[in-house]
Amino acid sequence: MTLAIACPPMAAVFNLNHRAGYAHWHFFLMSVPNIIVIVLTMVVFAIAILAPFPGSHRADAP
Amino acid sequence: MSAGRYRHDDEAARVWTGGYRRYDLVKEASIAFGVVLALAVVLTLLFSSPDERSSTIKSWSRTDPVDFVTTAVSELDGTSGLAGYGPPYNHNSDGQHIAFLYPQKWLGVNIAINPGQDLVLAPLQTINGRPDLQAAVSLYRAAPAQLQTAWTTAYTNALAKAKVNRDGTITVPAGRYGPVPLMMNALVAFAQSGGLDGALLTNKQFYQTDYTKALLYMADGGVLDNRAQAEHLAGDQWGMMNETGSYPGQVWLWLYTFWYQIKPFSNSANADVLVMAVMGVLSLAFVLVPFLPGVRSLPRHIPVYKLIWREHYRSVAATPAPAVAEHIPPPAFGPGGGPGG
Amino acid sequence: MSTSTDRSWTVRLRNRAVGALPPEKLLPDGQPTYVASWIYVFGVLSLSALAMLILSGTILAIKGPTWWHVSSVGHFFNSIHLWSVELFFFFMVVHLWGKYWMAAWRGGRKRVWMTGAITFLVAVPCALTGYVSQQNFDSQWISTQAKDAMNSVGIGGFFNLMNFGQMYSWHILLLPVAVTGLVVAHVLLVRKHGVVPPFELEDRLKAARRGADAEAES
Repeated sequence: MTLAIACPPMAAVFNLNHRAGYAHWHFFLMSVPNIIVIVLTMVVFAIAILAPFPGSHRADAP
Repeated sequence: MSAGRYRHDDEAARVWTGGYRRYDLVKEASIAFGVVLALAVVLTLLFSSPDERSSTIKSWSRTDPVDFVTTAVSELDGTSGLAGYGPPYNHNSDGQHIAFLYPQKWLGVNIAINPGQDLVLAPLQTINGRPDLQAAVSLYRAAPAQLQTAWTTAYTNALAKAKVNRDGTITVPAGRYGPVPLMMNALVAFAQSGGLDGALLTNKQFYQTDYTKALLYMADGGVLDNRAQAEHLAGDQWGMMNETGSYPGQVWLWLYTFWYQIKPFSNSANADVLVMAVMGVLSLAFVLVPFLPGVRSLPRHIPVYKLIWREHYRSVAATPAPAVAEHIPPPAFGPGGGPGG
Repeated sequence: MSTSTDRSWTVRLRNRAVGALPPEKLLPDGQPTYVASWIYVFGVLSLSALAMLILSGTILAIKGPTWWHVSSVGHFFNSIHLWSVELFFFFMVVHLWGKYWMAAWRGGRKRVWMTGAITFLVAVPCALTGYVSQQNFDSQWISTQAKDAMNSVGIGGFFNLMNFGQMYSWHILLLPVAVTGLVVAHVLLVRKHGVVPPFELEDRLKAARRGADAEAES
């Protein structure tokens, strides 16, 4: 408990403790944070396979 | 893709006979760990994590005593969800099934709960200094089943017009309810004092870690459900994927929860076992992808690989194709003499 | 070799291990030239996220399951643990997509794929046991809902999501050991078989076949 008093409360920069927005289309109902994660996964995958990789033109080491 | 072609692709991938470059594996792993550590810390500082306080039977009975008492009566007379659930809690139903397969029933009752006894009568009998209450409980126990049902059914119907008194107890219109109103008012007072939370936890010894009875009790009422609906956590709201507040949830469960949203699962009494069966089959297929014709050949037909390995293909295009495939011995450094990488 | 060392279990085990994974294969300092894409870093990123999970989980275990509810430092480490879960699944999925489109099971690497897939499937209940061990409303809701899935297949009586003591034990010991064991097997198999080489391009395949046919005719 001494440590807890010594440290200031860890408040987040963004407070996410409120209702999420939702995308609703027919039976599809997804929270905005989850949509962000899914889209980010696809974007990161696309970047991973498309972005140039440094040093790929290096000659083989002797 | 022909089987022969697939076999060729498979065999050709056994040994890399091409070039190698220098590479620091430990440095790369250290950098990766540093990146992930930084990401986790940044996300923590930006967003923290949710921690919504638990509901308790005490808070439930105080904020919605009518719902609490309605649930308690249904546990008493065996009409609650728990009472009719079946295994592993009781034998009052066969549970879910797929065709002739009844795994829920076959694996039996391992967490035996008698709702009337365990959730209502036994806790009431722990209340001291209430001879009138103990007499009411004895009267209820001694009554024939038909009379007990008549009392509880009449009382349940009357609860639709219940009034909550200042002291938290319930008053219903006059009727023939036997000892049930006295029992229920004693139970709600006990719950509101916090005693019922403790009584449901204690099970033959001092130390406890099993919250099954209290959770099933609350799940039969509206307390958890109302909070969940408000947070879009309910099953028909893709709830399995969701987290409280505006936090990302368990996105990897998208396919598990998807089935619950569509027919025939969405209106089936056996939805859970059907979804588990479908996901079991798909999970097995996922593990066995290398053996599934069609699935294992798709990467060859949809050439995402040409993007991934475009640098390699460019360097290969710059060198003429051999007249006959030749063996190039591996270099001196790197993995000694064996397959690449 | 004398017959006495041939019969030694220790020597036989050592020879098998070193034969399969000599030091220069276990910790190579070279990689094939075709490993030239950012997609290749998602395996090690997944490993790093798993390491973060184990480290943050260890700190949470040291102080016990109630600590993070009453301490801001505890809450900090709980948040690290939660975001590490999100990162772990995020990186693992990108890694999985990459490996699928590379058909990374080719060339005798089926067990690499299978251990990876099973790791994912074991990580899902590992996360579930964590969610029901939080001791807050989230765990109340998740346990009372997911119990129906467990009960429907008959395992709910043996794997009781509402039994905190049991779920906490599965979460901090049994399932992390399983996940870690699978990941170790997966990584050692990758080291043994190497990173899967690229598909051969169609035109070079045809040219090689034409050359081989011409050679056979002459």
